[in-house]
Amino acid sequence: MFEILGNLVAYQWLGLAPGSRSGDAVQFFVMDVTKIFTLLVIVVYGMGLLRALLSPERVRDYVRGKPKSLARALAILLGAVTPFCSCSSVPLFIGFVEAGIPLGVTFSFLIASPMINEVAAVVLLGVLGWKLTLLYILAGMAVAWIGGMVMEWFRPERWVEDYVWKIHMGETRMPELPRTLAERHRYALHEVREIVGRIWRWVLAGIAVGAVFHGFVPESWVAEHLSGDDWYSVPLAVLLGIPLYSNATGVIPIAEAMLAKGVALGTVLALMMSIAALSLPEMLILRKVIRWPALMRYAAVLAVAFTLVGWGFNVVS
Amino acid sequence: MKEIKVLGSGCANCRTTMRLIEEVAREKGVPVNILKVDDIAEIMAHGVMSTPGVVIDGKVVHAGGVPAREKISEWLEA
Repeated sequence: MFEILGNLVAYQWLGLAPGSRSGDAVQFFVMDVTKIFTLLVIVVYGMGLLRALLSPERVRDYVRGKPKSLARALAILLGAVTPFCSCSSVPLFIGFVEAGIPLGVTFSFLIASPMINEVAAVVLLGVLGWKLTLLYILAGMAVAWIGGMVMEWFRPERWVEDYVWKIHMGETRMPELPRTLAERHRYALHEVREIVGRIWRWVLAGIAVGAVFHGFVPESWVAEHLSGDDWYSVPLAVLLGIPLYSNATGVIPIAEAMLAKGVALGTVLALMMSIAALSLPEMLILRKVIRWPALMRYAAVLAVAFTLVGWGFNVVS
Repeated sequence: MKEIKVLGSGCANCRTTMRLIEEVAREKGVPVNILKVDDIAEIMAHGVMSTPGVVIDGKVVHAGGVPAREKISEWLEA
């Protein structure tokens, strides 16, 4: 359906030749814009209906006091579906610490939340198919699980800022969450407006870059410079992703275009994970609660994990 | 006069929330006193982990994300 629309706009209305550079770029752009935005609205709405029943405060209540493996599993699952603005990282971290939730579990949550976000997952689904999506999600969960465990071995308590331990969290009753279907519908609609309103520029920019890449970068150039078959291209992709900051959604069209040109899958996924979950601004925010030695280890653990996942995918595919 | 606190560490969403409340209050002609709270200890003392949060006359009415315009209207009418 979206392909037909792309063909219609690019080749019939604009009269561009199929197979020409600008024709292919425009066709890709129209097709992806309609496809991704349609999916985005559907998914954000659906998740909104579910999310109306969840909040980080509730996650904290579910996770606290559970045996560690169960706590970690819950933290990762809930991290995957619970949204939080990166500016909430600090109160979230403190709230978990205050509830006596082990730091390793908190790290698992902090990793899972940006890496596996449903917007990215479903757009991934529309663009790359369900197998890769599932693999991406499983890889994200594995990284969150193992990453949190490795962080625990470093005994990061040493580097938590002193004031964090002293903060006492009030037990103020949270506002009632919406319960009726009508209220949840209202909440979901609000989510759609809010989220799509916030990220549409990123997504458009991503699609535009993807379209240019798709139309104008010749495959032979990609094969020579970006094919990602060399062992070092995966760690390189991870490094490249650190200063780049975007939510995963904006990266997907770029990833799609790279894949279509034959860049190795693991390399593309490594780049995606690094851009989504390993970002400098996020580190600077977390610096308010933990000191550099812990942050450096956190970044290193993630970088190593993404590299391993990337290599793994390159070997499998 | 309603005493409204917006809890948040100064991210874009928190600023948007403040602006929205100001706007709605002006439209409805409700006198409000809006305070921005960015001290993390005070935010947590309200039991809020997800910012922005909104506290009206000492009661947490909202946490996590920018509140909807209609919601704000309801708070101001109450």
